[in-house]
Amino acid sequence: MLRPRIIPCLLVKNGGLVKTQKFANPKYVGDPINAVRIFNEKEVDELIVLDVDATAQGREPDYQMIKNVAAECRMPLCYGGGVTTVEQFTRIVSLGVEKVAVSAAAVRNPELVARAAEVVGRQSVVVVIDVKKTAANRHEVFIVNGSQSSGVAPAAFAADMQRLGAGEIVVNSIDRDGGMQGYDLDLVRDVGAAITVPMSVLGGAGKLADIAALIREFGVIGAAAGSLFVFKGVYRAVLINYPNRAEKDALLAAALALN
Amino acid sequence: MIAIVHYGLGNVQAIANIYRRLNLPVEIVTDGARLAVAERIVLPGVGAFDWAMSQLNDSGMRPALEAAMRSQRKPVLGICVGMQMLADRSDEGVLPGLGWVAGTVRRFDQGSAVSQMRLPHMGWNDVRPRQPGGLFAGLEAQARFYFLHSYYFAPANPESTLAETDYHGVFAASVRVGNVFGVQFHPEKSHQWGVQLLKNFAEVPSC
Repeated sequence: MLRPRIIPCLLVKNGGLVKTQKFANPKYVGDPINAVRIFNEKEVDELIVLDVDATAQGREPDYQMIKNVAAECRMPLCYGGGVTTVEQFTRIVSLGVEKVAVSAAAVRNPELVARAAEVVGRQSVVVVIDVKKTAANRHEVFIVNGSQSSGVAPAAFAADMQRLGAGEIVVNSIDRDGGMQGYDLDLVRDVGAAITVPMSVLGGAGKLADIAALIREFGVIGAAAGSLFVFKGVYRAVLINYPNRAEKDALLAAALALN
Repeated sequence: MIAIVHYGLGNVQAIANIYRRLNLPVEIVTDGARLAVAERIVLPGVGAFDWAMSQLNDSGMRPALEAAMRSQRKPVLGICVGMQMLADRSDEGVLPGLGWVAGTVRRFDQGSAVSQMRLPHMGWNDVRPRQPGGLFAGLEAQARFYFLHSYYFAPANPESTLAETDYHGVFAASVRVGNVFGVQFHPEKSHQWGVQLLKNFAEVPSC
């Protein structure tokens, strides 16, 4: 049986790990390699690592950091941040990364997704869609850490990206980021109905029950979270955590039985 | 020494790290001469079929790889696209495969009955070995591995299938013909199940 994936998402800024709220107020939470080692021990399903500086600073991905993380990682790795060319896709894949994510570059240059899929295969091309609600209460795609509106609706954009060659769509709610109050299920319904490639959801998970609720409704899906897996307690003390195998199996069995 | 063929694709470091932790001699190889002295060979792969084949063909290592497999009968393990490269051909591309395991690589959703399946097949799935022992020693029950692919290996001879997985039907998660093995999943990214499989590969008898 193919299982839903429960995925820690780590944000890298100035070489350290941070966690944001609504894409702002980055709080330092530790060292990337150290976090990867702990997640190895905890046997996480997958890991997403996003360099949140690269696009904003208009610089290349930090290949040394990517190489170090990939070599340490005993689970599949998705890297995103600053990727704008097919050559960068191939270079990052050759460093041992299974999946490469783009967001701003996919909005600005959708053909990149098609050309990257031709070379590295669509299974390694991930589009991360950062979504914010506008004043008119409509979901809209934003880029560059939520700073620029794109005018595009998430479901239509996701469908376009799938058609061009994306092998996975990660839907990230800026409004829910760091809030730990649960996923934006309306957004998941909206985007999920538009695509047949695997989808992962990020933004809002604050407890394992939030992940269970997502899986109960959507079945085999990727449930990603940042805060949930790096903070403990109401004071947001840094403590890397993840359900153990028995806890995870129980969570999946209960959620899927009701699916 | 276990040689990991480094032709520019696939997670050679993650595989090498696992063998180092197991205290088994391993070498990331970019030169055919090293394949000649290796005891067994891992052929990783990520990406599109033609890209992988052309990278291997351009690496200069293919003649030594062919000799190690055919003349010296060294155990070879293809991983992911590395397994697909063992086939005669792939629907994903136009270049011929290595042709070591008779079969064709097909896209999952080309049958009409499976048009609703989500592709790629992405995530952790169960793998059922057809026989105990060998590459799957200790993995006979409840082994799960990480998959990431839209194409699957359809062996010409059903007896080539070493292990099966369900995804809208049954497909070959692993194949074997003689000293040539392939796994569609990523053992180097499959926690202790993957470590066990890579350890088993280091112990399968040479032909």
